[in-house]
Order: sequence, then structure tokens, then C-alpha cells
Amino acid sequence: MLIKGNIALSDNGFVFNPSSGDSFTMNHTGKEVIMLIKEGKTINEIIELMLEKYDVDKMTLERYLLDFMNDLSSNSLLEE
Amino acid sequence: MTKLKVTVAVTGLNNIDSPGPGIPVIRGIKESNDFDVRIIGLAYEHLEPGIYMHELVDKTYMIPYPAEGKDALFNRLMEIHAKEKIDVIIPNFDAELFSFIKLEKKLEEIGIKTYLPTLEQFEERNKSNLPEYGKKYGVNVPKGAEVFSVSDLNNALKSMEYPVMIKGKYYDAYPAHSEYQAGLYFSKMSAKWGLPVIVQEFIKGTEVNVIALGDGKGNLMAAVPMRKQYITDKGKAWGGITIEDSTMLDLAKKIISKTKWKGGMELELIRTTGNKLYLLEINPRIPAWVYLAVGSGQNIPESLLKLALGIEVEPFTRYDVGKMFVRYSYDMIVDLELFSKLATSGEL
Repeated sequence: MLIKGNIALSDNGFVFNPSSGDSFTMNHTGKEVIMLIKEGKTINEIIELMLEKYDVDKMTLERYLLDFMNDLSSNSLLEE
Repeated sequence: MTKLKVTVAVTGLNNIDSPGPGIPVIRGIKESNDFDVRIIGLAYEHLEPGIYMHELVDKTYMIPYPAEGKDALFNRLMEIHAKEKIDVIIPNFDAELFSFIKLEKKLEEIGIKTYLPTLEQFEERNKSNLPEYGKKYGVNVPKGAEVFSVSDLNNALKSMEYPVMIKGKYYDAYPAHSEYQAGLYFSKMSAKWGLPVIVQEFIKGTEVNVIALGDGKGNLMAAVPMRKQYITDKGKAWGGITIEDSTMLDLAKKIISKTKWKGGMELELIRTTGNKLYLLEINPRIPAWVYLAVGSGQNIPESLLKLALGIEVEPFTRYDVGKMFVRYSYDMIVDLELFSKLATSGEL
């Protein structure tokens, strides 16, 4: 799982896809997940890191994370 | 460095809700470091806003409508040339290009240069020839037909699925969801732009465009791809952004190199959800959003002017991705005296 190489992510959570011209605004958590993906972390590693950091149960986290990954994929932000 | 003094005549001063490319072309040329330019506006209507934009247009002359024929146009250009010594004319309307292409040699003889496609290139990319064009150059195009009557239209619709696009010969396009609607748009388009009217398969996807400049020898001198971000009810981009898309650039390169296109052009494309590019139209001139290309590093009007003057130009190799344009409207206050001067003398 990789974020496309040309996707630009700014410090304030603004994501720009230069291939499509689409732009997105991430909340803090969304931005954090994208940063972790960019760093090359796997889904399981991201889950572990976020479970340590946030007060959330694993099932809820996995569900939200899966939804988020689907959003990234359907908006052509992930490498196929 | 001394700037080269040139007088450039430009049409398309109609900077209205469906804007002509004249004003952005002038802005590009005026920003050149190599030219000291005098701009002569050529206008068809007294209320084309560019006429009153004196910071961009030094002098404007009314010219006859294309329907009056190329001889009327040439005679008027001779009169203007006698006063202004025009070096280059950049026409910006589809409907006038035929006359300007036909007059290319006569204009050259009196010292006025143009930089236009050949008549063959101009005719070949006509909307009504698009299916053949696609086949000849290996480009995906929507299925379509040219229709000259309502019965032609009904015949064409039998083999198509709704919605279909009904397009005017030069401008305008509407999606029709039924035979009745298609008939209405057919009447509207034929009354406004004449025959034929084009019926085209509706391709669902994202509207993207490429502005390109060809040198007539098959070289792509400039190209910038853009995605429309905000589209008016007339289908015009009111906001757009440059994008990174090698397939669009490759397509522009392929078309320019195979057709040996000379001059500016705009490819109107649709990218489907399956990531397939369809060519909807080729506009045979610089589009109104050209200033986005200037702002992203490719001053296409300046390059076109240089090419017209026979000055060597290096092809552009890069542009900024993620540059946006946002159009706006602005009310100018004009004294009646100026309007009356233009209306009575044909110049301002």
C-alpha cells in the first residue's frame, strides 16, 4: 500500500493530486495516517501505533481506517 | 536589451461570460521582455469590453462580420494597415479563421504576418469530421454524425443512446435526453450557427483540456494540460488548474506531429472513469484560458508572435503543476462620448 509518488501533502493537511487536479482537506487524524503511509508503514503497523496513541478500541479503529483507505483508493490517491 | 517594436492586431476582445481569447493573448504579449508592443484591437461589436481596456489595447477598429466575406475584411484591413502598419494579426475566433487563412498570402504581400493552420488542417479537424479524424490519427473520439435536417437527426438518433450531445457548427453544445429535446437543440443550433449540426455520443467523465502550439513542421512548441474546476452554464471554464498528465501531453504531441499543425490549438478531452481519453473537439486557435499557460511558465502568445515574425523559438519543456485561474467580471465605466466615437467613426 503506497500513496502515489506525486501526491502533495502540506503541513495543514491539504492534499493535492496533480494528475487529476483534485484537492482534499484532511483532519488531523487523516493527515497523520497519510504521513504514516508515506513513511512506508503497513496497515498493521499503523493500527498498532494509533492504538498506543489514542483511546480507541481495535475494532472501531480498523473499521474507520478501512473506510479511510477506501476513500483514498476511490479518489485515486493510492498506487494500484 | 532593446525591445523589438511591433504592432500586433488582435481579435476576440469580447471578454464577456463566454470570453474570447483576445485579452489574455494581449496580456501574454505585453508581458514579453523582448517586445515593445502596440496593440490594435479588431472588433465586431461596439460593446466588446477590450475596446475600452486602454491599458491593454492602444487603438481599436471595427471590422466587418465574417458573413460579409473575405474581400470586405481585406479592404478594411488595408485601411487599418495604411494607418497603423500592422506587423502581425492574431485572429482568435473560429468563425473568422476561414477568411484569415484564405487571406494569408495577400496579407503577407502587404507586410502583415499571421501564424495560422493551413485550410486543409483547419477543415480536417472540423467537428463534423471528427470520426474520420479519430480513425486517421488513431485517437479515441465519440461516435457522431453531422445532420442537415430533422429527418437526418432522427435517423442518426436511432443508432444512439441517450443522452446525446447536440453541437453547433462553431460553438455551443447541449446534452439532449430525448428525441424531442434533441429536436429543440437542433433548431436552436442551426438557427444560431448554420448547418450542419453535430450529434455526438455523450461520454461521461472529467473535462480536461490541453492548450498547444505547433510550428507547422510537426514540432510541439508548447503544451499545458488543464482541468476545468468550475464550469458556467455555457460550458465555459470559470476556474481551472494545471495538471500533471503525460498521456494528454503525448496526445497533443502525436496530433501536432502527425498533422504538422501550425499555430495555437486547444484539445477538448474527456477522461472517463476507466481512465480513457476521448477527443471531443479541436479548437483551431488559442483558447480563452491561455493566460493560465502564461502564468504556469509557457507564454504561448509570445512564442506564437515570435514564430510569426520568423524569430527562432525554443520549445517549452516544463510548466508549473497546480497553478489555478479564477475568472472574474468587472464593471468598467465608459463615457458615452467614447461609445459614440466608435459607433460613428468605427475606431477608438
